[in-house]
Amino acid sequence: MSAAPADRLSPVLRTEALEQLLVERELIDPAVMDTFIKTYEQDVGPLNGAKVVARAWTDPEYRAWLLRDGTAAIRDMGFGGPQGEHMVVLEQTDEVHHVVVCTLCSCYPWPVLGLPPSWYKDPAYRAGMVRTPRRVLREMGLDVPEGKNIQVWDSSSEVRYLVLPRRPAGTEDLDAEALAALVTRDAMVGVAEVAAP
Amino acid sequence: MDSIADMGGTHGWGPAQVPTDEPPFAEPWEGRSFAITVLTMGRISGRNLDAFRHALGRLHPVDYLVDGYYGRWLNAAELMLTDSGILAPGAVDARARRNLGEDVTEPPFPEPDRPDYKPTAGGSLREVDRDPAFAVGDGVRTKDLHPEGPTKLPGYVRRRSGTVTAIRPPHVLPDTHAVFEGENPQHVYTVGFASTELWGPDAEPFTLHVDLFESYLEADQ
Repeated sequence: MSAAPADRLSPVLRTEALEQLLVERELIDPAVMDTFIKTYEQDVGPLNGAKVVARAWTDPEYRAWLLRDGTAAIRDMGFGGPQGEHMVVLEQTDEVHHVVVCTLCSCYPWPVLGLPPSWYKDPAYRAGMVRTPRRVLREMGLDVPEGKNIQVWDSSSEVRYLVLPRRPAGTEDLDAEALAALVTRDAMVGVAEVAAP
Repeated sequence: MDSIADMGGTHGWGPAQVPTDEPPFAEPWEGRSFAITVLTMGRISGRNLDAFRHALGRLHPVDYLVDGYYGRWLNAAELMLTDSGILAPGAVDARARRNLGEDVTEPPFPEPDRPDYKPTAGGSLREVDRDPAFAVGDGVRTKDLHPEGPTKLPGYVRRRSGTVTAIRPPHVLPDTHAVFEGENPQHVYTVGFASTELWGPDAEPFTLHVDLFESYLEADQ
């Protein structure tokens, strides 16, 4: 490590070498690795969070529960596990815009959103969101109206935050399944709104 | 410690990325790095999640940044494995160079030296007997703390005044847990800071909430 960039080995080669060293000593099982990878490629992702949001939009009691005890209400949908030990849900309103960041690492609510996207892990986001959130959101394509109250949440403990976006107008006839299809990862972090269909 | 990982408010990173659709792992090695690191954290190195974050914070800034997120995971996994005596320093690069056909001698495996550590329960949340020192609405100030070791007090909120906005479940204290000096569970508070308290009178108007351990805080006078 710490070699000058010109002498550096690629992470492809170094990952392969590390895996070999651990497999040869029977410290790691490639099949277990494959299971981990497949879980986060196929099973755990923002569709989970979208189902939570759609249920909250269509079931006022669930919405109240979700805002009061996010961990329990999310577990009721079958979602839990690493990086979701204590969940807090932040509700977007006409007056308040919430957005979530992790300045110290890239902590992210895996059970409901999967692994973090590249923009969330990017130093520009981690550094800027706690200093000039309106500017950063604009760079990402979201103009927050002047006068709207911005609340930024830096996930510096094991609390994980999920944003409950505003339900778009014109979706009164949609059921929870159709609504879930509208909800995006970006809206559940607070860097986008959910667009009407 | 004031590490490369403590990025809040720092300058020079350019504009934020416009979100696009992307798979969880852009390339296969990222998935392998992810899985190796998750398995290394506890099972292989005998360490823990906080020790992993502390390993990230101890990386040389080049190693932290140059190969992105899963590159830093890979480097932190290697650091945890050398810390625990599972691999010798330089073992990974030596093997990679041998795989390229270079005539390199691989260092012998060291004596394992896993930490004397066993969690009292799963996860990071614990019970504590004492009552929280602060209540929602209390004015608090972050202490002037500059530890050499790990901390979860971001530098940009050090010596700043804010208001408790929520009390969260008690957590193990990463400052000691990361270095196997005990779980020391503490109350955790979400503290709200006015942007002007952090970034001066010309700051964009907003409120910054950050989760802080009780020992980082004192009552604001």
